[in-house]
Amino acid sequence: MSEGTTDKNRGGGLGFWVVGGILLLVMPALNILPPEDSWFHLSDFSLNRFGKFLAFAILALGLDLIWGYTGILSLGQGVFFGLGAYCMGMHMMLTIGKESVYGSDLPDFMVWNQVKELPLFWKPFHSFPVALIGAILVPMTFALIFGFFAFRSRIKGVYFAIITQALALAAWLVFNRNDTNLGGTNGLTDFKQVIGYRLSEPGTQRVLYIITVLCLGASYFLCQWIIRSRAGRVLVAVRDSEKRVVFSGYTPPNYKLFVFVVSAGLAGLAGLLYAPQVGIITPAQIGVLPSLEMVIWVAVCRTVRSNGSKSAW
Amino acid sequence: MTLSLCRLVTVLGMVGLVLCSWQSWTIAADGPPVSSPSVSSSLEQALNQVSSEDESVRNAAIRLLLEQGDATLVPRLEEIRANASRGIRQAIKPLMDLLKNRAKLASPDSDVRRSAATDLGSSGNPLAIPWLDAAKVNESNKWVRYTMEESSALIKLASDDPSIKAAAAEMLGELYSQNGVPALKELVAAGAVAEATEQQKAMAKAADAAIDRIETWGDWANAIETIFRGISLSSILLIMSLGLAIVFGLMGVINMAHGELMMVGAYATFVTQQCFMSWFSPDVFGWYFLVALPVAFLAAAGSGFLLEATVIRFLYGRPLETMLATWGVSLVLMQAARVYFGDLTAVIAPGPLRGGAQVMVGVYLPYNRIFIIALSIVCVLGIYFTLFKSNLGLRVRAVTQNRNMSACLGIPTRKVDSYTFAFGSGLAGIAGWALTMVGNVDPGLGQNYIVDAFMVVVTGGVGKLAGTIVASLGIGGLNKLIEPGFGAVYGKVLILVMVILFLQWRPSGLFAMKGRDAD
Repeated sequence: MSEGTTDKNRGGGLGFWVVGGILLLVMPALNILPPEDSWFHLSDFSLNRFGKFLAFAILALGLDLIWGYTGILSLGQGVFFGLGAYCMGMHMMLTIGKESVYGSDLPDFMVWNQVKELPLFWKPFHSFPVALIGAILVPMTFALIFGFFAFRSRIKGVYFAIITQALALAAWLVFNRNDTNLGGTNGLTDFKQVIGYRLSEPGTQRVLYIITVLCLGASYFLCQWIIRSRAGRVLVAVRDSEKRVVFSGYTPPNYKLFVFVVSAGLAGLAGLLYAPQVGIITPAQIGVLPSLEMVIWVAVCRTVRSNGSKSAW
Repeated sequence: MTLSLCRLVTVLGMVGLVLCSWQSWTIAADGPPVSSPSVSSSLEQALNQVSSEDESVRNAAIRLLLEQGDATLVPRLEEIRANASRGIRQAIKPLMDLLKNRAKLASPDSDVRRSAATDLGSSGNPLAIPWLDAAKVNESNKWVRYTMEESSALIKLASDDPSIKAAAAEMLGELYSQNGVPALKELVAAGAVAEATEQQKAMAKAADAAIDRIETWGDWANAIETIFRGISLSSILLIMSLGLAIVFGLMGVINMAHGELMMVGAYATFVTQQCFMSWFSPDVFGWYFLVALPVAFLAAAGSGFLLEATVIRFLYGRPLETMLATWGVSLVLMQAARVYFGDLTAVIAPGPLRGGAQVMVGVYLPYNRIFIIALSIVCVLGIYFTLFKSNLGLRVRAVTQNRNMSACLGIPTRKVDSYTFAFGSGLAGIAGWALTMVGNVDPGLGQNYIVDAFMVVVTGGVGKLAGTIVASLGIGGLNKLIEPGFGAVYGKVLILVMVILFLQWRPSGLFAMKGRDAD
């Protein structure tokens, strides 16, 4: 926030392309080309871990957009992340099929929770496109509803932070329940495949990594585009003095709602990419603490804001 | 015989039993002539027969022992039991329990009397009826008397005589006895089958009426207990939110470490207790809790003072950063406590706060909850006087209203900030002190309540005493009201939704600050 608002050389510069090139080309190359015992070799595990970090970086980008540029501190980002990850997780749970421990079509936890039939809200997730779209749209819709009420009543600053924190707590409580049919404390895990590709194969993980990098790049450009647009100017203005924005004839709640929904979508995208790479999603990842940790990444790296990816390291 | 008995008992280390047997001995002495030689010899004979393999002989002996014996026989029976076979041991066990409980009916401790009466009632042995009725006459404690009546009615309900049975059913209804419901329900079920006799049907009708009465009463008792629990939760929330509200109101500082300051207070109480345990005589141990109050206050206030001077001071005017910084501090404090104290420690409640008071049939109010309610009232009054009647309070209010103007008028705003923060932290310490009464002392203590406390502050309106009180009453009460219907988790979610909707209607809380600075 201490930075000026007209930093022309932010992003899109040489630094971005260098980092992007390294992430996209050099790292997978280091993974494939050098022999296993070479000093340059990047193990499958490390690559996978980087993929996880970069998924978090997408979330951090969204958080930076809403906090750094608009001045709204959302402590509920973990919820949106979780919604995205659970959407993807549900799809992958359904693709396990007969491979599961109990050999049932239902996910394992439903078997041991005595759930006989697939709950209705699970059914659409049989389809992969629905899961993909859902992972992004569900958090966005949720953010839209929550944000609509929150911003309309002019909840702002620390109030908004507290309310979103309570939201994170509530979501954590709900996801922990067994009767919501979301796996309870254990969450969703034991994924086997995604659209037919085995998750245990290093190749699949490599592709997932590359997709993550590409998504990160795309998110980065999206954020850049938003910030540079007229709307972005209004957002920064809202951060600096909301009253003056109101007096100039704008309606800050609409802009805030917009940016809140976008950041929720980015968090959902992060969750979507996180779930297959890490192989588990539990309520522990969506509670108050992880949400705050996400904020800390961004807080620590505000000075290197143009590259949100760093914050995840 | 008595002497040798007593020696035996002492050897066995049953100090408690000595007391019981001695008492029943003294009672027996002025009762019917139990100690006459002929009875004594028949008892002796029965004692020998109790271990007989012949079931009829054994049962006769047990009956005789029950009718004429008393608790002095228990050590002898123990001895017999130790050498007997499994079947005989099982036969003797209820006999011993009955005799022990009979002796306990005369115990000086009302809780012991009461539990003995309950045990006799659940034993279902009709021999216990005269014992209970006799004990009832001299009983001074209302609730023990109640239990005795209930137990005797319960035994009578199992009797074969229909008139006694009907009377017992009516008695249970009159006593609003929850314990009687299962037996009464059986009677109703017996009357509902097709081949039931007229008598059984009449019985079922009486039982049904009794159940009706009991259940209506139970609903009322439940309602009262729910209200009490709501108030109790509210007062916990209130004690916690008061400090938070003051700090928030004055400095606009969201103190995420508030919960951990509570934890500091709780651990201060714990440490005081340990000090009393190791350094002072057990006689004064009960006082530790009172001594812990100032200790907890000062420990938390000191921590708060340090926190303000080292962290928050540099972040004034940047509420979001303050929030994150204090959150970091809270993590440090929490982990430090985890490292130093380990995970689970508990404070022993001082004697007077253990147990509870029974105000009505089925309504039982724990003392520690009553204590917390009283404490929250004291805290509110204390804060009221500090804020509105003292010099410091005047300055605090001035700075809250208009910081610059106050500074111009010569109020040292920095000092006021520092003192207020310490005061608010001290209140957190008191909250921690009180919370040791209702739960364990563990490093996560603060986290459990902190989000709720924030909700209270936001709903009540920042820095408003009245708002905090009303909001904590509302949230605590609603919470307990919703909980039975929706479960704790969905109750909490529902409360959150309500708070958000409420803020639609009143964006800056119940008691919003008025004036130009309100935004």
